[in-house]
Amino acid sequence: MPTDPRIEPASTAPALIRNFCIIAHIDHGKSTLADRMLQSTGVVGEREARAQYLDRMDIERERGITIKSQAVRMPWTVGSEAYALNMIDTPGHVDFTYEVSRSLAACEGAVLLVDAAQGIEAQTLANLYLAMENDLTIIPVLNKIDLPAADPERYAKELAGLIGCDPSDVLRVSGKTGEGVDALLDQIVRDIPAPVGDADAPLRAVIFDSVYDTYRGVITYVRVIDGNLSPREKIVMMSTRATHELLEIGVISPEPVITKGLGVGEVGYLITGVKDVRQSRVGDTVTNAAKPATTSLGGYRDPKPMVYSGLYPIDGSDYPILRDALDRLKLNDASLLYEPETSVALGFGFRVGFLGLLHLEIVRERLEREFNLELISTAPNVIYQVDMEDGTSVTVTNPSEFPGGKVGAVHEPMVRATIITPSEYIGTVMELCQQRRGTMGSMDYLSEERVEMRYVLPMAEIVFDFFDMLKSRTRGYASLDYEPQGEQIADLVKVDILLQGEHVDAFSAVVHKDAAYAYGVAMVGKLKELIPRQQFEVPIQAAVGSRVIARETVRAIRKDVLAKCYGGDISRKRKLLEKQKEGKKRMKNIGRVEVPQEAFIAALNTTDETASTGGKQK
Amino acid sequence: MASGRAFGVYVHVPFCQVRCGYCDFNTYAPGETEGATREGYVEAALREVAFARTAMADDNRPVSTVFFGGGTPTMLDPSALTRLLESIRDAWGLAADAEVTTEANPDSVSRESLAALASAGFTRVSFGMQSAVPHVLATLERTHNPENVARAVEWARAAGLAVSLDLIYGTPGESLSDWQASLDAAIALAPDHVSAYALVIEPGTKMGAQLRRGEIAPTDPDTQADMYEAADEALTAAGFAWYEVSNWARTSDQACRHNLAYWRGDDWWGVGPGAHSYLGPRGSKPAERWWNVKLPRAYAERIAAGLSPEAEREALSPEQVALEEVMLRVRLAEGLPVAVLGDSGRAAISGLVTDGLLDGDAASRGAVTLTRRGRLLADAVVRALT
Repeated sequence: MPTDPRIEPASTAPALIRNFCIIAHIDHGKSTLADRMLQSTGVVGEREARAQYLDRMDIERERGITIKSQAVRMPWTVGSEAYALNMIDTPGHVDFTYEVSRSLAACEGAVLLVDAAQGIEAQTLANLYLAMENDLTIIPVLNKIDLPAADPERYAKELAGLIGCDPSDVLRVSGKTGEGVDALLDQIVRDIPAPVGDADAPLRAVIFDSVYDTYRGVITYVRVIDGNLSPREKIVMMSTRATHELLEIGVISPEPVITKGLGVGEVGYLITGVKDVRQSRVGDTVTNAAKPATTSLGGYRDPKPMVYSGLYPIDGSDYPILRDALDRLKLNDASLLYEPETSVALGFGFRVGFLGLLHLEIVRERLEREFNLELISTAPNVIYQVDMEDGTSVTVTNPSEFPGGKVGAVHEPMVRATIITPSEYIGTVMELCQQRRGTMGSMDYLSEERVEMRYVLPMAEIVFDFFDMLKSRTRGYASLDYEPQGEQIADLVKVDILLQGEHVDAFSAVVHKDAAYAYGVAMVGKLKELIPRQQFEVPIQAAVGSRVIARETVRAIRKDVLAKCYGGDISRKRKLLEKQKEGKKRMKNIGRVEVPQEAFIAALNTTDETASTGGKQK
Repeated sequence: MASGRAFGVYVHVPFCQVRCGYCDFNTYAPGETEGATREGYVEAALREVAFARTAMADDNRPVSTVFFGGGTPTMLDPSALTRLLESIRDAWGLAADAEVTTEANPDSVSRESLAALASAGFTRVSFGMQSAVPHVLATLERTHNPENVARAVEWARAAGLAVSLDLIYGTPGESLSDWQASLDAAIALAPDHVSAYALVIEPGTKMGAQLRRGEIAPTDPDTQADMYEAADEALTAAGFAWYEVSNWARTSDQACRHNLAYWRGDDWWGVGPGAHSYLGPRGSKPAERWWNVKLPRAYAERIAAGLSPEAEREALSPEQVALEEVMLRVRLAEGLPVAVLGDSGRAAISGLVTDGLLDGDAASRGAVTLTRRGRLLADAVVRALT
């Protein structure tokens, strides 16, 4: 497609550029709308329009969520003037708040996209606040107005109340039919300010995304704030001072197009040949090696895992494949941290740190799908800081390593949670949050029927099964967002599970003292059902330190013999025996107790299911 | 071809008056036979015997044991059973002390038929008594009248046949005292031999379907263990000794030699539909097992067409032969020589003795022998030893 010379990359006047993102909840139709914009602006023809062009990974498309943002340049004419619109796709989920904030830093405006049948959700609200804090111009839009259940009047009022505009200012579109999309593009040009920067100053560009490509190495997405990015220059990453040769500069429209450079306000990609996204980190500032800027753009921070889980291959011989797979994923995921770990119950695996539960699920699913691995994960846990009475301090990322002996204070991470719920469930939500040791902050009515509630909760209480509980108790209507909010000292203890006196590491949990008994009873009860009877009696105990708080017994098996074994039975019985011997290799020995790995998996899976935040909620 | 192993012949007779609810054997009641007739079966079986003799042309061992099983072999006339036995005698010759057994339903024999079998060379009859308690027999769908068992035993004795009784325990609804009553009744008939089997409800049977639909409740395996122990107590007190997990005999001579041959790894030829055959390693040939096509009609057609009735065959590796040896011989009171075991199996012995599963005295003499508790956990012991 020929480009209007006025909006040629590297020579587009900032006044003709509009940089925007779309803030939306995961199933509110952002990708469909983005595809429709690509069609309206002519960068993607009807025929080649692959559904949801911007979501590249299969998992993302299936789960309807966008993990990695990208930027697409689209031409759009208003009156006689041609404009270059850069649409920066943002991740929509709670775990990727930092990435969202970097995407916002690359924009002057945001389209606030809300499902006209559902209203705003907690995560969207959190991102809206983030955008407002960044002084972005907000264009409120209701999507899916074609749905029979759409109630645009009601939700226009809600949005108007939130951002302080008139309900009639809220645009109404349908990504599905295309209705209202051209008007939205016009509005973007009219309302969103053009970028402002100093073209003569030393180069400063913010990295808002960084993606590993097998053939090209790392592709870094940047927004130029000041100066110029030109081909064949040397650039410097300001956080690490690392210097790289620029191999290629371009824009995405929607396939990569090599350009002569990128000027003030422009958005595009650069390739330096580095092979690891850690060398090109989201939030970092890129400058020119020959004429470096003195101050970075700020806002950069190292990704910090918040949630840990043990990942183990179900087939122990897959361990090297898991190691290689994690090494591969790490190339594309600067926030993925892992180290080898050995479990008595589960064998060899890794303790992996994640930004949050969704991040955990995505990584696990990619490992299983792209590397054909079968995995089991331990219940997710947060990081504890344990002060010992002797003045030393221990960081605990695996509950089984929680120190015994003279423990002084235990610090646990806290989150500030926002919950949006229909007002009829206020009591239910309060009860749930109270059970989870939450402290209520404030509560605001978004409309007569919907309430925004703010709580401070221990993070450990929400990584477990909070989200599912919240959903089931509000019939699916409540939504949740959270962000880290310091730490607190709490009365936490480690509950160990013992089989015939032997500690089963995978089931240790750090819980509040008041919840220890319930956890112990539930876990020993579950294991009693799952552990096959042995030739001897097996006590299953839950203990805090040396104090047993719950106990069950698996009675000794008395009969394990086939009564008849005559000529016609021998072959079948030998085959069964051979199969059992093969199965024995998958048995784990806890002391003398033989436990099929399936039993551990089943015990962990039940907790897994309840801890799931599962992608797209319908 | 010389071999130290004994050679036996099993004849499978796939007919029953009715199919019992628990039965998953290869047998057919009238109306289930899909055109297969008893006459056709006998002709086919006779031809298989002749074929077997040809296949084993260089093997001149006489037959040590013959066992007619089923099904209900006594659904055939004594003359038909006699013809089949004669054909085996003609083919290989019967050893002078050959044991010849037939299974029988107490309802399908008479004083005359049993006498005829005895004079044809049969030495032993095994009656499917199963239980002496009417409601248990009803659940099992056994049609015989308990009193008929006593009559049949008396006729067999009169004919000079050794008598074995088969019992089943753990039938849904059977109490421990029901079982005790059956044991007492069996012992009162003074048989030479008793087999007692825990009921296994297989998925493909009528009982399996009843279980699935929740119409019957499975018997708790611990209760079955209690019943096994009750049987061992009662039979031991009555002068029987166990010689295999599910078998007791009054004297060691009265143990079923045909079945012992299975557990000791001897050779046998199985005649009839679905029958299994086994020949151990011969010279350079590996041990082999094969089995015939299952349906009586297909079996008869294959033979009529001059084809082997064999459906499938497996050659056993030395490791598999060794595995089977442990699996089978450990079930016997005479036990398994420690020398047969591999290193890990030998290493497991002392733990199994400590757990009360193996006899410590026997172990110190170099034999692996199950205790009573060990018999109930024999499969676990085998897994530990192999």
